Amino acid sequence: MARIDFVNAGHSYSGISDNIADYALQPMNHSWDDGKKYALLGPSGCGKTTLLNIISGLVRPSDGRVLFDDRDVTDIPTAKRNIAQVFQFPVIYNIMTVYNNLAFPLRCRKLPRPEIDIKVREVAELLNLTSHLSRPGFGLTADAKQLISLGRGLVRNDVAAIMLDEPLTVVDPHLKWQLRRKLKEVNNTYKMTMILVTHDQNEALTFADKVVLMKDGQIVQVGTPQELFENPKHTFTGYFIGSPAMNFMPCRLENNAVMVGNNQIPLPGLEACKTLPQGKLELGIRPEFLRLAQKASLDTIEVHVCDVRDLGNYNVATVVMGDHKLKVKVPISQSLPSDKGYLSFPPQWTKLYHEEKLVEISC
Amino acid sequence: MSLILENMTKVVDGVTHLDNVSLEMEKGSFNVILGPTLAGKTTMLRLMAGLERPTSGRMLIKGQDMNPIPVWKRKVSMVYQQFINYPNLNVYENIAFPLRRGKLKADEIDHKVRTVAELLHIGELLTRKPKDLSGGQQQRTALARSLVKGDDLLLLDEPLINLDYKLREQIREEFRNIFDENGDTIIVYSTTDPLEALHLGGQLLVLNEGRPLQSGATHRVFRNPQTEEVARVFNDPPMNMIDGVVVNGRAVLGQGLSVPVTGHISGLKDGTYRFGLRASDLFLLRQSKNDVEFSATIELGEISGSETFIHARHHDVSWVIHEFGIHEHSLGEQASIYFNSRDLFVFGTEGGLTAGPEESTSTAPIY
Repeated sequence: MARIDFVNAGHSYSGISDNIADYALQPMNHSWDDGKKYALLGPSGCGKTTLLNIISGLVRPSDGRVLFDDRDVTDIPTAKRNIAQVFQFPVIYNIMTVYNNLAFPLRCRKLPRPEIDIKVREVAELLNLTSHLSRPGFGLTADAKQLISLGRGLVRNDVAAIMLDEPLTVVDPHLKWQLRRKLKEVNNTYKMTMILVTHDQNEALTFADKVVLMKDGQIVQVGTPQELFENPKHTFTGYFIGSPAMNFMPCRLENNAVMVGNNQIPLPGLEACKTLPQGKLELGIRPEFLRLAQKASLDTIEVHVCDVRDLGNYNVATVVMGDHKLKVKVPISQSLPSDKGYLSFPPQWTKLYHEEKLVEISC
Repeated sequence: MSLILENMTKVVDGVTHLDNVSLEMEKGSFNVILGPTLAGKTTMLRLMAGLERPTSGRMLIKGQDMNPIPVWKRKVSMVYQQFINYPNLNVYENIAFPLRRGKLKADEIDHKVRTVAELLHIGELLTRKPKDLSGGQQQRTALARSLVKGDDLLLLDEPLINLDYKLREQIREEFRNIFDENGDTIIVYSTTDPLEALHLGGQLLVLNEGRPLQSGATHRVFRNPQTEEVARVFNDPPMNMIDGVVVNGRAVLGQGLSVPVTGHISGLKDGTYRFGLRASDLFLLRQSKNDVEFSATIELGEISGSETFIHARHHDVSWVIHEFGIHEHSLGEQASIYFNSRDLFVFGTEGGLTAGPEESTSTAPIY
């Protein structure tokens, strides 16, 4: 197991270039801590597979270095990097028994038979595969096969990291959560570095200690799922994480206050923003954090309620404030105003963005 | 009445794919068929389209028996899960295609194509070929082609399932506005996703394993499931179900969870029941002083959209709790869980509803 470092590592499929647009993965410095679960999340074409392939050695970065525990592995081939990989579709030896599938990587490394047996049984027990050990691989369900793929990585003591490339795609929806739980348990037991690649936010957020959100070949934000939800550092995080997405409105600063159209939104700590250079300013707040009341009170803004969707366990109201439409998520138990409502922006959840990046203000 | 299904049944090689569906649909209505995979949704749509013949039963449109009418003579269109367009035609011609066969004037066709393209936000893409479109744009094109004809019947078979979730979210939002302008066309939309059904509204039929379970206004069915099966199918995650008994005016759920028998459950006779609780009616914080409290071990926090679903175990019962927002919980952590007996659904041993919570008076009006 290892800590993995990117030192200014990036990749352009057309070789080193001055044009940043040529880079599928822009040169970056990033560390993957030993024993943590990471998810690489982003829309297709964001560079997450390139990143994964650089770690596993399938792609040699055009720029920078890759280190495993401070050892430079940039030019070391995949086979010598001790990376285990679970692919989108199960890759197992169908004619071998489950036992032999799990034992295979250890036999290749010529471990003594008793040692192999102990390890295989231990991993099979953890993955609930014990009762399957003597049966052949074919005819097993997709989730059992994926567990075997995972198990082949787990039996080895020398694995630097386990890479999982959309491993739950083929798994039946109602079995997914069981497999996710298994992955968490495995990580707790073996403390292995695991890196999951996915375009599915639910999968990433459920699996990872740290989510690495990517867009256009760059890392947009790294954080725990809760951090990404509660404190998006980039407007893209606010848009991509969460459903419905975060509300954003263009705004301006006037006399230490945030103005959206003619409405003033209270936000303490704005003194820090005096030094902000010119550029696009936006105010962002998640639908969960806006408050919509039937009566006016201090700091509320009158809005027009133009649509309410009853989604069973909560309502989503669309309100018009000046020129902007905002979404507000309201618990089903709370009564909603019809037509005219009063909106408030709790300061701790109200975020200011300059050129799409969060302005850090303390309040 | 515009469309009537009478005892529609489809049996293939001795296996019943659709079992005796009877339903009426008004002209211009929006209808949702909700059910898990293999519920019979696609079979039902194919029967309605005329792509398959029913084993028994029939469909009447404006009083006319459709059984003898071949598919090419029916005024019906269908949108599939896969994005199907003519690859050699641009978006404009893809949409105009069904109109070209008729006797419409060129300027009428042009007007119709542009109107529907605007409605679906592809007005800027009319000269592109399907291969130069994203998945969402391809599906919008297929949808535009089905809408432009103004058929009697438009069938949509899980049209969003192959799109990524951000796109699904966006198009789902627009659907209600699009379908509000469909004139007299009857729309039937199938989905596996309860949240999508609630987004769409309209009239609902719940199907499971080929059997029609319950029908009615979508939100009414959600609030008033008549059977345990409907409560399961129409909740994601499925409604928590716990075996329990009522003895001498006291209800005991699972292993020793004592619940006051008041309110809507006060009339329960002594006996064995299944108690149902929605994940959203379980809390990690006390909501009121007469809440029932129990302790459980957290097994997983599953995150979906902006919500966290906590899987927790109390003795041998697994519970799912719905939390707003994204929160971290560690595996194996002990937590106190709260619920209120007024939120309990009670089902008999046969699965039928014995008592259900009163419909919340604060249910939002739908504008």
